[in-house]
Amino acid sequence: MSGYNFAFLDEHTKRMIRRAILKAVAIPGYQVPFGSREMPLSYGWGTGGVQVTASVIGPDDVLKVIDQGADDTTNAVSIRQFFRRTTGVRTTTRADEATIIQTRHRVPETPLVEGQILVLQVPIPEPLRWLEPRETETRTMHALEEYGVMHVRLYEDITRHGHVETSYDYPVRVNGRYLMRPSPIPKFDNPKLDRNPALLLFGAGREKRIYAVPPYTPVRSLDFDDYPFTIERWEHACALCGARDAFLDEIVVDDKGGRMFVCSDTDHCERRRSGA
Amino acid sequence: MYVAVKGGERAIEAAHAQLAEERRGDRAVAELTLAQIEQQLGLAVDRVMTEGSLYDRELAALAIKQARGDLVEAIFLLRAYRTTMPRLGASLPVETTRMTVRRRVSATFKDVPGGQILGPTFDYTHRLLDFSLAEPEDQREPRRGSGPPERVDGGPGDSRASMPRVVDVLDREGLIEAERPDAASRSVGDITREPLVFPAERDVRLQNLARGDEGFVLALGYATQRGYGRNHPFAAEIRIGEVELELAPEELGFPITIGELTVTECQMVNQFTGSATAPPQFTRGYGLAFGHAERKAMAMALVDRALRARELGEAAVTPPQDDEFVLSHSDNVEAAGFVQHLKLPHHVDFQSELVLLRTLRAEAGVAPATTTP
Repeated sequence: MSGYNFAFLDEHTKRMIRRAILKAVAIPGYQVPFGSREMPLSYGWGTGGVQVTASVIGPDDVLKVIDQGADDTTNAVSIRQFFRRTTGVRTTTRADEATIIQTRHRVPETPLVEGQILVLQVPIPEPLRWLEPRETETRTMHALEEYGVMHVRLYEDITRHGHVETSYDYPVRVNGRYLMRPSPIPKFDNPKLDRNPALLLFGAGREKRIYAVPPYTPVRSLDFDDYPFTIERWEHACALCGARDAFLDEIVVDDKGGRMFVCSDTDHCERRRSGA
Repeated sequence: MYVAVKGGERAIEAAHAQLAEERRGDRAVAELTLAQIEQQLGLAVDRVMTEGSLYDRELAALAIKQARGDLVEAIFLLRAYRTTMPRLGASLPVETTRMTVRRRVSATFKDVPGGQILGPTFDYTHRLLDFSLAEPEDQREPRRGSGPPERVDGGPGDSRASMPRVVDVLDREGLIEAERPDAASRSVGDITREPLVFPAERDVRLQNLARGDEGFVLALGYATQRGYGRNHPFAAEIRIGEVELELAPEELGFPITIGELTVTECQMVNQFTGSATAPPQFTRGYGLAFGHAERKAMAMALVDRALRARELGEAAVTPPQDDEFVLSHSDNVEAAGFVQHLKLPHHVDFQSELVLLRTLRAEAGVAPATTTP
């Protein structure tokens, strides 16, 4: 695109973001503040993820963009178009063909491999935010590894409801050290973060933070010995591909309470149907 | 049979085409020119420049036209353009005592050196709709007071001569806290390049308030007057006019003027009863905005003073005194984005919540209302 640098950001900004990413990789799960820029997309639409992708993408990369697991949701389409316009790189819907996958709210069902980068868009990076609104406080709590309040919260959920009342953005400990928000992925996807061969990068544009889970890093969802972490289960299989082990979206098909359940990961579903 | 929704790409294109159509409106009506916006909607241009943090009247007018008059959207357009610009250097501090003053009022003294200059203000207009403006100028009855205004007050005249600040009068008596410049070695913060960290220093706070949403800053300033962080303000001075912008390139070794800005400056003085370390004296709150923006500059000065609570040994217990609360929520580009991102699909998270809620209800013994699917 004329008048703009490759991938929109100028090279100085990319260098600044790459430095933040390197620091994030060096301290898994630690939130690195960075000089987030105003992007031509609205805050909340994935400006953090877009800045991370723009800083790591090169002309030989193949990009996949998903939102809610799907390649064809409007925001995924819009971000894919943005990178097609500003970089000219090849885009794909296949998770196994992509070198970079930018995502909002899902980790693909297809297992990732070494060399791939998954970029997650993050609205609120601070896992302790709902327990303590002040940044000055939460920074100290992370420094002192003072995570008792989170365990108390989970404990109170269990005593009141018999379950932890968090179904997405479920808190994790990274490499036995930092408490981290995995971004609003369903807890169904949490186990995929653990020792993943791909590099996982998290970008929060409005909150100006970057964090990372390097390949093969242990990521543990918080739980108790007698109340182990569990993921969502459905009584149904995907109505399109028959998958029983995928995250399902619920589609309202009529006004009489009719429902159908289909895979949220459209690429996974299509490839299962085509037998690929 | 359900078919996965496709065609997002075509829908987006069609939406953009429709937006362009609506922006233009009825083609029987002449299209707005940037010059018209810049000249006749000048205060909208001023607000967009201030909160867009970019002094360029023509670009601000373009942004307003493109945003169909939605000023927050126009501010966003200007910011997204500004962020791509290189940073060539930092100007010298603007010297507002050398302002070519168009308007200058002080509420603390009946008369002040340099005089009170009313200038172009809505303050004493009666807010009666002027139906004559509904007609083009050339078809209007000539009115009393039309034509270029006479200078009633001989005061401002020679502009470049120094116009002392009202607060300096108090300063000479030692009644107001001394303004101590930062050490020359301390670099000034830049909120457009560095993330906010707390507690924030005053340079960063003032930058944040200057580009902060006018409505938000106004509401907080108002709250300080109603008792939430009350600080007994007096408007020592509000001045509006043109100031020179100077740059001192290293290779030259002396400052050169690179342009002129119109700014509104507000200096508030606030009562202060003293603390263990400071005698009773007046304290200061400061506001500055591009163009003619008194409401913004005054509100900013009130909030600036409220945010100095910690430094002055006051208990910071109300929202306007809390730098994390104020600075994290003042930016309307950030706020508008995050509030409106709720429009984006969240069906994956929502599905997770549904699964959990159904489990909890089943365990509580509530039978599902329907048996489908």
